[in-house]
Amino acid sequence: MIRRTIGALDERLGAASPLKRTLRYVFPDHWTFMLGEIAMYCFAILVITGIFLTFWYVPSDAKLHYAGSYVPLQGTSMSESFASVMHISFDVPAGLLIRQTHHWAADVFIVAIVLHLVRILLTGAYRKPRELNYWLGVTMLGLAILEGFLGYSLVDDLLSGMGLAIAYAVAMSIPFVGGQFAFLVWNGEFPGTSSFLPRLEILHVFLIPMAIATLLALHLAQVVRQHHTQFPEEGSERVVRGTPAWPGYALRSVGLFLVVAGVLFLLGGLVQINPIWEWGPYAPYLSTNGAQPDWYVGWLIGALRLMPPLEIVIGGYTVVPSPFWGGALFPGIVFGALYAWPALARRFHLDDRRKHNLLDRPRDNPRRTAVVVAFLVWVFTVFAAGATDRFYFRSFISYEGQVWFFRAFALLVPLLVYFVTKRVCEELRAREEHPLRSWNGSLIERNQARGFEKIVDRSDQSN
Amino acid sequence: MRRALRVLVPVALMAVSIGLFAMESAAAPAGKGPASAPSNSQPTAGGSPESEGRRLFVQGCSSCHGFEAEGVKGHGPSLIGVGEEAADFYLRTGRMPLDRPDEEPQRGPSIYSGAEIQALTTYVGSLGGPAIPEVHPEEGDLAEGQKLFTENCAGCHQIVGRGGMLPGAVIPDLGAANARDVAEAIPVGPYVMPSFGHLSRSEVDDLARYVEYTHDPEDKGGWGIGHIGPIPEGMVAWLLAGVALLFTIRLIGERTTR
Amino acid sequence: MTPGGLFSRVVAALGGLSGLRRRRYDRQAELHQVSDPAGKKSDAVRASDEETRRREFVPPPELDETPDPRAELVVALLLIAASVAFVGFVVFYVVSEDTQLLGLCIGLGLVLAGVASALAGKRVVIQEKLTDEYKDYGDREEQIQVEDHLVEGKVGVTRRKLLFSSLAAVGAALGAAAVMPIASLGPRVGEKVYETPWSAGKKVVDETGKPITVETLSAGEFITGFPAGASKDDIGSPLVIVRLETDELELPADRAESAPGGYVAYSKICTHAGCAISLFRYPTFDETQPGPALVCPCHYSTFNPADGGKVLFGPAGRPLPQLPLRVGSGGVLEAAGGFYEPIGPSYGGIREAPGEQPL
Repeated sequence: MIRRTIGALDERLGAASPLKRTLRYVFPDHWTFMLGEIAMYCFAILVITGIFLTFWYVPSDAKLHYAGSYVPLQGTSMSESFASVMHISFDVPAGLLIRQTHHWAADVFIVAIVLHLVRILLTGAYRKPRELNYWLGVTMLGLAILEGFLGYSLVDDLLSGMGLAIAYAVAMSIPFVGGQFAFLVWNGEFPGTSSFLPRLEILHVFLIPMAIATLLALHLAQVVRQHHTQFPEEGSERVVRGTPAWPGYALRSVGLFLVVAGVLFLLGGLVQINPIWEWGPYAPYLSTNGAQPDWYVGWLIGALRLMPPLEIVIGGYTVVPSPFWGGALFPGIVFGALYAWPALARRFHLDDRRKHNLLDRPRDNPRRTAVVVAFLVWVFTVFAAGATDRFYFRSFISYEGQVWFFRAFALLVPLLVYFVTKRVCEELRAREEHPLRSWNGSLIERNQARGFEKIVDRSDQSN
Repeated sequence: MRRALRVLVPVALMAVSIGLFAMESAAAPAGKGPASAPSNSQPTAGGSPESEGRRLFVQGCSSCHGFEAEGVKGHGPSLIGVGEEAADFYLRTGRMPLDRPDEEPQRGPSIYSGAEIQALTTYVGSLGGPAIPEVHPEEGDLAEGQKLFTENCAGCHQIVGRGGMLPGAVIPDLGAANARDVAEAIPVGPYVMPSFGHLSRSEVDDLARYVEYTHDPEDKGGWGIGHIGPIPEGMVAWLLAGVALLFTIRLIGERTTR
Repeated sequence: MTPGGLFSRVVAALGGLSGLRRRRYDRQAELHQVSDPAGKKSDAVRASDEETRRREFVPPPELDETPDPRAELVVALLLIAASVAFVGFVVFYVVSEDTQLLGLCIGLGLVLAGVASALAGKRVVIQEKLTDEYKDYGDREEQIQVEDHLVEGKVGVTRRKLLFSSLAAVGAALGAAAVMPIASLGPRVGEKVYETPWSAGKKVVDETGKPITVETLSAGEFITGFPAGASKDDIGSPLVIVRLETDELELPADRAESAPGGYVAYSKICTHAGCAISLFRYPTFDETQPGPALVCPCHYSTFNPADGGKVLFGPAGRPLPQLPLRVGSGGVLEAAGGFYEPIGPSYGGIREAPGEQPL
């Protein structure tokens, strides 16, 4: 039967030759190469669960009085959008499972992309000839963050509504064009008109997923065209070595997809996320303490909280409103740095200009690794600053003090981290040892005679 | 040993994160305050509650609040006219006495027994002011309570009463607050909390009912992870899902040997 | 066919073991070829000798066909367990609404099936390591041919400059026309930002529509106010009204009459990023406790209600706009005019008030 199918396809499409190539296609199979796959499978789950949600969600700010099954909100005035998501959560069978799985998948999607990005940066996979693919990836990260933000803002609950107000203010704060830009997106002043939620919906369920899917297809096509990079011990600059697609890699990939799906559904059923019935519906005159955006936007709330109240006014015109620094300039710098990274690395002689199919271990390029780690620590510090109100260091550090602390920390600690990381890489490289798996010291124990004796001595071993 | 570590490290990471959530989400036990539980201490010889209260007041409160409760500049306000309502709230929740006058009063175990609190409260009440209010959470409307709480209280106490902060003060989690605490705090406005005298009796009942609900809200979605939203959610995404998936690809993929 | 036999077949079919076994001898020859693009000039790597030696060394292809019946059994059992879980999902879907049970069943089923597949991929089917070549793209001859082919488009075309300029013109014009409809998405920013429902005489009501009077609050209390009859969702509507002691007020001279009886009203929308200002800090004992403040929960911008809304702390770049109040008939609070400053977050023209008067 298999032979007949192959025969039918080949006679019509000439499929045998490409099929042969596909089945024998070689995948270098280091475990860190599977991080991008995890992201891709999260995306697949997002699309599948998202389609179910679109069959129920209503993008409308028309007000109604809740009449569903959740008692503490009965009679409360809310938008149709919020009511439709309440309906999914309480009255649609398996609705809450699918909704929570969708939201967890969004969070984990970006976790996987970030881990993948860090791997790419630390191993130098972005170098020639793969710069284009790297830029596609950075773009997908930006789109994923925007997509997630739009997704949870569709619900029109108290927390996400506050987030939209802030997004409006950041949009307005772009010098010169911001005010008009915000008015175009919202069709007027915040909170916008009845056209606003439908705009978010069409971006979230169609335009951005199509963009991500297209970029993803190009991303994968490029990997196939150039072959995946690999570490030196498996292959060389001219020869790629790995597991063929069939049967080994296909089964492992299917396995990974199923495990990713399983983890997401387990979270979706067992761990509550975004319980909107507890937050209640949004109104511009309402807010709550402890409101936070989803984790992948957290770096922006940190930046907004840390920046001082600086507005640049020239001749009565407010050139730079205050939210610009944290809400637009900071992410602009971070993404700008990411896009410019291949060129910057060449310019500062962290990389050469040759083609590379082989990866570096992070320690093989200490300066590059140190810069990447310092950059990540900088972003992470700003991110942490956005959450300090929940981890309030009470009694001895005032909030004002914490803000100053984090401002200083964010500037000084990355410098320190740079030097420490560089040193660690140089040491590891000099010793040619695995950082975790080789230990060449001695274990010493005190013996009966009050002296010391070696009970394990590996100092003369090397890996 | 190394194989065991490879399993133990991810498991330990997950256990640590579970522990962190448990700490964050474990609201202080939703116990009732020592309402009017009589203590075992013997009444002092010849003591009516009022003079017992006076004795305790002089002993424990007058250094900041003045010998006649008139207040002491730079230390403590006058208590004349605050009534049983305020005294009961501060004492029963252990917010008074303070170690230092500029400290923020925070909930904790009271150094006084129930009878002592009663005595002190009676004494302060004798100086004038509102009595301990009645509250009936069972008559409160939960939906109305959520609405009122969102409009008036959530800005400080967080939408499900998990507390928060503002510059200058820590705002308490309401996990240990019972209906009486709510009914007293609303008109008293302790520390830097404003008072809400404009709320009616039935609105206070609604709020008390809602606050009690927040001690154990409906968690249809599973483990509530603290009911404070995206911070624990992000931690789960990284420390549970992220670690589990890293563990998975570590098993599926190959490793470098150098 | 026994159940065991059936499952072994499924597993074998998954891995194609039987099929591959048949062809083993054909493939042996293929497997031991190492692709050798030698002969093609490569401008990839020119490294040191030692590094070259290290980096040019490629371990040979591998093939491991040893059967692992134990793994096969484990895979089968995992698949059976996964099936039970999936059936459980179907049953619970029908019988119960419990999100946790549904999630547990389908999640566990997927994880078990995934582990089975991965295990099959690593232990049941043959383990191979094959090689292929990294193509070194970059063929100068082909590039020249492409360039030549493109340039052919110019042959025989005489008025190139004219054509190119007119092409550029139409490109720019078409581009402008194509993006023009974006302007339809929303109104011009400008006056709209200054419009609020407040004007002199507008009565202040609470969230339920009840009028707020001089009796409503005591000192140290606050409430949210709205203009009677206006939409509560307009960001110009909500006020945060605070009552202070009259001797606590430190308003500027030109606002001396704006706070009757200590009632002072501000826009509830933070001038930093637009969140509702829902925190009011009011000391019980101001000698040891921080003074009155209106605070925003988003980024903790802190405003002083006593002196006209000046920023005490935080990232807000403009003071909180005050609305002057007066007492109307029946003691009802009403607006004495519009806000002294524009409300809401800043944008380019925010400080360019359209007129001198309070709006």
